[in-house]
Amino acid sequence: MSKIKPSKGAPYARILGVGGYRPTRVVPNEVILEKIDSSDEWIRSRSGIETRHWASPEETVAAMSVEASGKAIADAGIDAQQIGAVVVSTVSHFAQTPAIATAIADQLGTDKAAAFDISAGCAGFGYGLTLAKGMIVEGSAEYVLVIGVERLSDLTDLEDRATAFLFGDGAGAVVVGPSKEPAIGPTVWGSEGDKSETIKQTVSWDRFAAEGHTKFPAITQEGQAVFRWAVFEMAKVAQQALDAAGITSDDLDVFIPHQANVRIIDSMVKTLKLPEHVTVARDIRTTGNTSAASIPLAMERLLATGEAKSGDTALVIGFGAGLVYAATVVTLP
Amino acid sequence: MAATQEEIVAGLAEIVNEIAGIPVEDVQTDKSFTDDLDVDSLSMVEVVVAAEERFDVKIPDDDVKNLKTVGDATEYILKHQS
Repeated sequence: MSKIKPSKGAPYARILGVGGYRPTRVVPNEVILEKIDSSDEWIRSRSGIETRHWASPEETVAAMSVEASGKAIADAGIDAQQIGAVVVSTVSHFAQTPAIATAIADQLGTDKAAAFDISAGCAGFGYGLTLAKGMIVEGSAEYVLVIGVERLSDLTDLEDRATAFLFGDGAGAVVVGPSKEPAIGPTVWGSEGDKSETIKQTVSWDRFAAEGHTKFPAITQEGQAVFRWAVFEMAKVAQQALDAAGITSDDLDVFIPHQANVRIIDSMVKTLKLPEHVTVARDIRTTGNTSAASIPLAMERLLATGEAKSGDTALVIGFGAGLVYAATVVTLP
Repeated sequence: MAATQEEIVAGLAEIVNEIAGIPVEDVQTDKSFTDDLDVDSLSMVEVVVAAEERFDVKIPDDDVKNLKTVGDATEYILKHQS
């Protein structure tokens, strides 16, 4: 048996830079109300959402990703050629093959970086971050670009009063690279496939094509079941991530949950009994629910507005369709 | 020890007070959570989870929609508490 030389990576990994892209078109609740019987007050009280961004035909999954990634790469202070892998989490890129990650890697000017897509719904950012950390510590890439990108407006049933207001479009990206100190804690993640019906696409693509459906597939969910799981089960996962990182909520500076609904965020904060000093991301108010993009977008905004600062300790948790979840503690770039 | 009907109503009143800010004395068995007590569908989930903990009972999502009034919830808890 031949002896195989082991791979060797960095001692630890950290997020070195973050970037976001929000589509130019801002859509207020009034526009949503043209197709559903509801009110601005109802939408705000149930979701916290005031406006969201919807992408134009030119603001494609790839185009938004390239914009967000360019900012993240600049923020990290590296060159695109140094990126060894590009991981894209999305559920709204409408071609299964090839992965959109390869086109993004090419357009960014990487040097043949490994590139692939993952499907982990609203937990996609945490899944991608976990993969990136593994690659860096194991040595298969020095720098990894993790992108969460969605055009959920394409998968929204504008006549469904329970979800028409909920979703938005955008891209968020981070560059993950080597670190001398631990800056990404252990990930607490998992799946609960027995609850796969709770959040789903209304009609699968093959049935949509074969059965002559007139309505394009959209994302639908069982609101109360999702709310209960997201608040109470995910609060436990968030606490496990704090425990795994060896800190308590007193040590935390920032909480960046997936921006699913402000009511979920508020209830999680209450259930977790987060101290007053912890800054909580509520980017959903003006961005809507952008699934895999929501955590990096919220992270970028908190840093841009000065509500959070580089070096802060943040708890991030994503959860959604699958059902899947991923939580970890990170040092902000 | 199983809670009595009066204890359950009083407990629900405290829970609704904490979650929706409704005065305890307004929470009566004939009151509808959504129409009278300003408990929307999401707050109802919070009420249910708090009631589950307080009365050691499981209230699955499918049953939550049948609990329209405080009386419905009280009866459900009386019947299902362990």
